[in-house]
Amino acid sequence: MEKRVTFNERWLPYLLVGPQIIITLVFFFWPSGQAIWQSVLIEDAFGGNSKFVWFDNFIHLFNDSDYYASVRVTVVFSFLVAAIGLALSLLLAVMADRVIRGATGYKAFLVWPYAVAPAVAGVLWGFLFNPSVGIVAWMLQGIGIEFNYVTNGNQALLLVVIAAVWNQISYNFLFFLAGLQSIPKSLIEAAAIDGAGPGRRFWDIIFPLLSPVGFFLLVVNIIYAFFGTFGVIDALTKGGPAKATEILVFKVYNDGFRGQDLGGSSAQSVILMIVVIALTIVQFRFIERRVHY
Amino acid sequence: MVENRPFLTVLRHLVVLIGLIVIAFPVWMTFVASTHSQQTMLQSPIPLLPGPHLIDNYAQVLTAGFGRGFGGAPIWLTLMNSLIMALGVALGKIAISIISAFAIVYFRFPFRMWFFWAIFFTLMLPVEVRIVPTYGVVADLGMLDSYPGLIIPLIASATATFLFRQFFLSVPDELTEAARVDGASPMRFFWDILLPMSRTSIAAMFVIQFIYGWNQYLWPLLITTKESYYTVVMTVSRQANVVDSVPSWNLLMAMAMLAMLPPVLIVIFMQRQFVRGLVEVEK
Amino acid sequence: MTRILLSSVAAAAVMASAHGAVAQTEIQWWHAMGGNLGETVNQLADGFNKSQTKYKVNPVYKGSYTDTLTAAIAAFRAKQPPHIVQVFEVGTANMMAAKGAVYPVFQLMADAKEPFDPKAFIGPVYGYYSTTDGKLLSMPFNSSTPVLYRNKELMQKAGLDPNKPPTTWPELGEMAKKAVAAGAKCGFTPQWQTWTMIENYGAWHNLPFATKANGFGGTDIELKFNDAPRIKFIQMLADWSKDKTFVYGGREGKSTALFNAGDCVFHVASSASAAGIEKALGQAKVGISMMPYSPDVIAKPQNSIIGGATLWVLQGKPKAEYEGVAKFLSYLSSTPVQAKWHQETGYVPVTLAAAEVTDKAGFYKKFPGRDVAVQELTLNPATENSKGLRIGNFVQIRDILDGELEAVWSGKKDAKTALDDAVKAGNEQLKRFEAANK
Repeated sequence: MEKRVTFNERWLPYLLVGPQIIITLVFFFWPSGQAIWQSVLIEDAFGGNSKFVWFDNFIHLFNDSDYYASVRVTVVFSFLVAAIGLALSLLLAVMADRVIRGATGYKAFLVWPYAVAPAVAGVLWGFLFNPSVGIVAWMLQGIGIEFNYVTNGNQALLLVVIAAVWNQISYNFLFFLAGLQSIPKSLIEAAAIDGAGPGRRFWDIIFPLLSPVGFFLLVVNIIYAFFGTFGVIDALTKGGPAKATEILVFKVYNDGFRGQDLGGSSAQSVILMIVVIALTIVQFRFIERRVHY
Repeated sequence: MVENRPFLTVLRHLVVLIGLIVIAFPVWMTFVASTHSQQTMLQSPIPLLPGPHLIDNYAQVLTAGFGRGFGGAPIWLTLMNSLIMALGVALGKIAISIISAFAIVYFRFPFRMWFFWAIFFTLMLPVEVRIVPTYGVVADLGMLDSYPGLIIPLIASATATFLFRQFFLSVPDELTEAARVDGASPMRFFWDILLPMSRTSIAAMFVIQFIYGWNQYLWPLLITTKESYYTVVMTVSRQANVVDSVPSWNLLMAMAMLAMLPPVLIVIFMQRQFVRGLVEVEK
Repeated sequence: MTRILLSSVAAAAVMASAHGAVAQTEIQWWHAMGGNLGETVNQLADGFNKSQTKYKVNPVYKGSYTDTLTAAIAAFRAKQPPHIVQVFEVGTANMMAAKGAVYPVFQLMADAKEPFDPKAFIGPVYGYYSTTDGKLLSMPFNSSTPVLYRNKELMQKAGLDPNKPPTTWPELGEMAKKAVAAGAKCGFTPQWQTWTMIENYGAWHNLPFATKANGFGGTDIELKFNDAPRIKFIQMLADWSKDKTFVYGGREGKSTALFNAGDCVFHVASSASAAGIEKALGQAKVGISMMPYSPDVIAKPQNSIIGGATLWVLQGKPKAEYEGVAKFLSYLSSTPVQAKWHQETGYVPVTLAAAEVTDKAGFYKKFPGRDVAVQELTLNPATENSKGLRIGNFVQIRDILDGELEAVWSGKKDAKTALDDAVKAGNEQLKRFEAANK
């Protein structure tokens, strides 16, 4: 996608992109380059002993069952966060869209979680589910469910999913709601006259028209689950118990600094960078295509 | 309304209400916890309704720093630092992004696509995974313990550039042509036409980046050693991170309430522009 | 609006610079003590700052232990290290291996000609962080050791004498079973299971954790904790878990929540948890005594080892400033400071003198059981099995061990398989550590 009409200036454009390029080079490319260099070294964390080991760190990583476990956790976690987050926010948006009168009032409450820092969101949910004083844990116990996220890996994963979804749901909701409100009412009325019930109307008309917004949100949510949930996990489980919630981004941090293995941790960063670049290209191609219609 | 079925209307309200209650519940419990004494918060089950210690707790948190007379940073200072950081990140990002997007969309020049991709790749990788080298750069530049150190490394991200680029692409070419016919310079066009048109996009970006800046945790923790630069989210985590002991939930939750309030207010007051700005681009 | 904002920004900036304008030599101390502990840390620094005018210690909270270490590593690599950083005990071997990064405390004290008497220290507290020939590497700061907590109310309900704690594991098992039969939700739960049930069980029964004196003698070592007594012990706990005589409450300090909620009768946990536990349950309900032992392994328990964190001094600062660091470390280990630290936080004091002062002040009468930790540590002169642990990549090894123990508790593995597997995987980590530090 390009502009047909452009300006002709020799130096001005460089001046305009300059600030951003300089900041990107200094604070992104330079450090990233150093991370790549570190990934072929074994060294102690303080940098005293340093040895060039070619791709040993990567080989170690690919032979490490913990790494695959972390990949698996990341996939499950991201899928759940994206699927639950999108489904719930779509449901709420569809319902709220028709509840015209109260919509703004509802919205004010529903957007709240977006503004809460992931680190703080983690603290809140940890408090609700705290095995000794948590009110939700207590209620669950009342109905016979032993909920203890500090010992039970599946429950811990569930809890970080809930907290992550909660943190992101308002964002999804706002987009879905805006998408819904931009669908022409006449279309829906026409369908109603043809005898289509609310369910049919949703699947045949509303859902297809929403799918561009939906796809955009899907990408945003997957990226969020991959990279944006560090704070939630750090505040809630720190990757535990038994690495049940150790997603890749958290493992980079954990191995590098708790385990003081910077080489291994950098190797993981490099792999993540490749994933990021791939995701970026996919997302970009998709969005470029969409702008055409 | 297409049709009026009372049953459906009730159902809709019900679903939205339940959703609302579930979503608001953590915030409500945070508020409740911030109004009780520490003793009450140690015994299960904790109450569901506010208690009598609201003023005590908030007064303690606001006047005495964290917890009981914690020396150093009073909460208003950490709130101020968070505000400076969030505003700096939001405004800085918008400023550098909007001009670079302008350059990339409205000019043809060598290496244009190189620049574009260079910016674009910074889109996602969070600062946490390249923290040691980034810290090194900031230290070499002498920006530890300073507002620029808190702010500048975080404005190197592509989200805003990308959004403005998308928006500029949707601006009709006729406007550019008219400007050129009138003999307006590129910067004139930028100031008089493009910038006013971008208002809603700027507002949307402002909300996103303000919250991003406000909610930073690890970065400010690492690069500040002076309490005069502490931010409020760091402070909450400090109260939560107790070794060999139990946290003072009541004070911790009072702090959490204070830490949440400013970004929440921003979202609530700006939600209309926020959504419109983003959706316009998306369409 | 903008004007108001700008002027407040300016005001904050002015304040900030006023803050920084201090003529004294500043000593940066990065620590991980949040909550009320952080407050006590600030008071300690204040006390030092008021005691002299040349130096000013600035304690800086840097997040969790991991965050603090991250910050120190990043700062050291960027050549802007703090003078002092607090590191958890499992990082000891890795810190030692960091050549050129740390300034050993014994050397610091000698260079600064600061008087320093190793004999004043409590044996295992000193030993954990010293070389084989008794030279101190880092300054013990918050140290604790596992003790046995009991819920007197639950014991009474089960018809047990609340003032007679179990002294051996079989006794504890019997009492716990009785209490569970009388309605208690959980008989016994350990905190920091690798530290209490494997590492300290070893020291308490004079069994080695690893070869070469638990790693003090070199980095080419192998793990040894899959011995018959520990296999038997872990298997016993696993069997107990069938009827809730033993309940697993999570890694690290998580299980204390169960004891604090009044669910469990017995809890082996850090002596530093005393204040929190007494606050949650009420002091009258809590009893503290020595850890039980297994009479078929040893006739009398040996001594326990510590956990917690120490203060490491980092290289890379002007020489003159290290004099201030040495003075500050002396101040920290002085009797009144240690006594205050011990009484307010529940950590063990680093010197015997501080424990004596605390005793004379009647503190242990007011808070019975707070002296148990020191008694355990000084029960016998430490052997090479009970001096401490010096294990490379210990963080990873503890993670492995935690995982294997969890497999036992959930019935996926028996104790022997799990401990054997943990040793095998742990030895891999040790090899990697050895390779990195040749």
